[in-house]
Amino acid sequence: MNWGETIRTALEAIRSRRMRSSLTMLGILIGIAAVMLTVGLGQGAQTQVRNQINQLGSNLLIVSPGSTTTTTGIRGGRGSASTLTTRDAAALSSPVVAPDIARVAPVVTGSQSLTAGTTNWTTNVVGTTPDWLPVRARSLTEGRFFTAAELNAAAPVTVLGSTTATELFGGRDPLGQSVNINGTAITVIGILNTAGSSTTTDDDDQALVPQTTYSSRIASSGNASGISTLYIQATSTDSLSAAYQETQKTLLATHGVTLAAADFTVSSQQSLLTTATATDKTLTVLLAGIAAISLLVGGIGVMNIMLVSVTERIREIGLRKALGATPRVVRRQFLVEASTLGLVGGLLGIVLGLVGAQVLPHFLNQPVTIPPVAGIGALGVALIIGIVAGVYPASRAARLAPIDALRSE
Amino acid sequence: MSALPFPDAATSPILRLLDVGKMYATGSVQVEALRGVSMEVARGEYVAIMGPSGSGKSTLMHIVGCLDVPTSGSYHLAGEDVSTMDEDALAHVRNRQIGFVFQQFNLLASLPAWRNVELPLCYSGVGRAERKKRAVEALERVGLGDRLDHRPGELSGGQQQRVAVARALVTDPALILADEPTGNLDSHSTADVLRLFAELHDQGRTIVLITHEHDVAESAQRVVRLFDGQIAIDGQVDSTAPSSLASIG
Repeated sequence: MNWGETIRTALEAIRSRRMRSSLTMLGILIGIAAVMLTVGLGQGAQTQVRNQINQLGSNLLIVSPGSTTTTTGIRGGRGSASTLTTRDAAALSSPVVAPDIARVAPVVTGSQSLTAGTTNWTTNVVGTTPDWLPVRARSLTEGRFFTAAELNAAAPVTVLGSTTATELFGGRDPLGQSVNINGTAITVIGILNTAGSSTTTDDDDQALVPQTTYSSRIASSGNASGISTLYIQATSTDSLSAAYQETQKTLLATHGVTLAAADFTVSSQQSLLTTATATDKTLTVLLAGIAAISLLVGGIGVMNIMLVSVTERIREIGLRKALGATPRVVRRQFLVEASTLGLVGGLLGIVLGLVGAQVLPHFLNQPVTIPPVAGIGALGVALIIGIVAGVYPASRAARLAPIDALRSE
Repeated sequence: MSALPFPDAATSPILRLLDVGKMYATGSVQVEALRGVSMEVARGEYVAIMGPSGSGKSTLMHIVGCLDVPTSGSYHLAGEDVSTMDEDALAHVRNRQIGFVFQQFNLLASLPAWRNVELPLCYSGVGRAERKKRAVEALERVGLGDRLDHRPGELSGGQQQRVAVARALVTDPALILADEPTGNLDSHSTADVLRLFAELHDQGRTIVLITHEHDVAESAQRVVRLFDGQIAIDGQVDSTAPSSLASIG
């Protein structure tokens, strides 16, 4: 019996037991779809995080305030203290102290309600310096960014994110319009180009003002020189680690503390990326592991059904052997049946996985990126599961003695 | 239809058993199912093998049908020594030389009649068109030319057995081996099937029929009676045979 015949016979056997065959394939189908989607979700999340971190700007170092320690010795979380000041920013800006640092952008932020006419919009108000624009690698669609002179004068000017502008002014041109922030009338002088929105932080929804304007006119309390984050741009990628050292040394000096008692944290884009990717990877491996177990269960299902099928078809096997089927031909028939169940289940699983990858992002607000390799790999795995699950039942069928098989009821 | 596999063997017997013995080991007990059976069946003969249960007729049928090998003695089928063959070679011999007809019909319920009939040809590598042609011919031969596409479930018992006979004929085998072919049939269908066997015999077919029914055995030319694993009587059918013979069967 040639392969074509064998495959035809196997397909007929599968078709004549439609319900059972589809339930068997369902196991493989769900397993394959689950593996594909978890891998896809993991990949999607990794890409997303990488994009977010890259969006921060290039050759970037981020300094965040360290932790507070109360008199009773209880340490607060990272960033709970406000130990960074504009003096730190000034110190780091000096080319003598820190030759590898190109620009420093101190940032102080707070959530504020913005009013334009009768329209209200609550957003993140960011007090910073003109260097923010190059440091964060952003650009403007309209107008201009505020100048050093405006910073020194604490001028009432703001640059709005594109989302913020739309929310406040709708279709009207926001340039030159006045926005009321915490009782201060502030003029819109520019609109940021869109950064591409990510789900966790919206870089298109913010209002930038000079740092001095923020502390003197907007912030309701607090110290005038306090800042929440320092963004530092190194002169080049190669000087990033030198810039890192200089930042640390300078801040330790200005704060008058040792490294062990440092009240700030310097992190690089790369370290953020590594941490985030590692976390995502762990999660992906975990989820894919769970999905792989469901695939294994599907494989056991195929084996189970094939064994039942052998028992149920003892007479048929006996007859085929009496009519001249050699053990090899019988074994082949059952192997082809099992691997067809695996293969078709796998194909349907891939279809479900691809459909899921299109549909899921709408519900989860998470991108799903299925690498093409995953699809091919999944198909291979499904086929292998089918074959492996079929080997034992097939060899049992092949070993049946035709007489016993024919005599059984 | 009756092309001989071994032209030079035209005069030699189709079937020659020489001192065939078969031992079964069931647990610690050794059962001797056949004890030195010797018989020959010539080409074109119609032989019935009879015997009570436990007489070894099933064992003999398995050996004659190449479904099992003897533990002693030799068995030649159509000039070939099959008593020492391995599983694959036996499968090959069954496929080419023997047409089986079973008590349970053993048709595949999911396949139409003609697909059931072509089944042995699938295992001997005959092309698709040729298979269909020969299956249709065989079904026409048994008078079921108008039932080609019926599934076994749509046919009567007698018709199903005729499909099985067509399947036995399709490979043009040296021997048709029927194991209780009428055991599951009513008297009308029994007569039907026996008439078919008689016709095939008239056309020169070699038929070995295993039965425990005296009436059925009488349709054959020659009756071999087994008792305790040995041949008790081997003789031509005499329609005036004493009823004491029937009581053995």
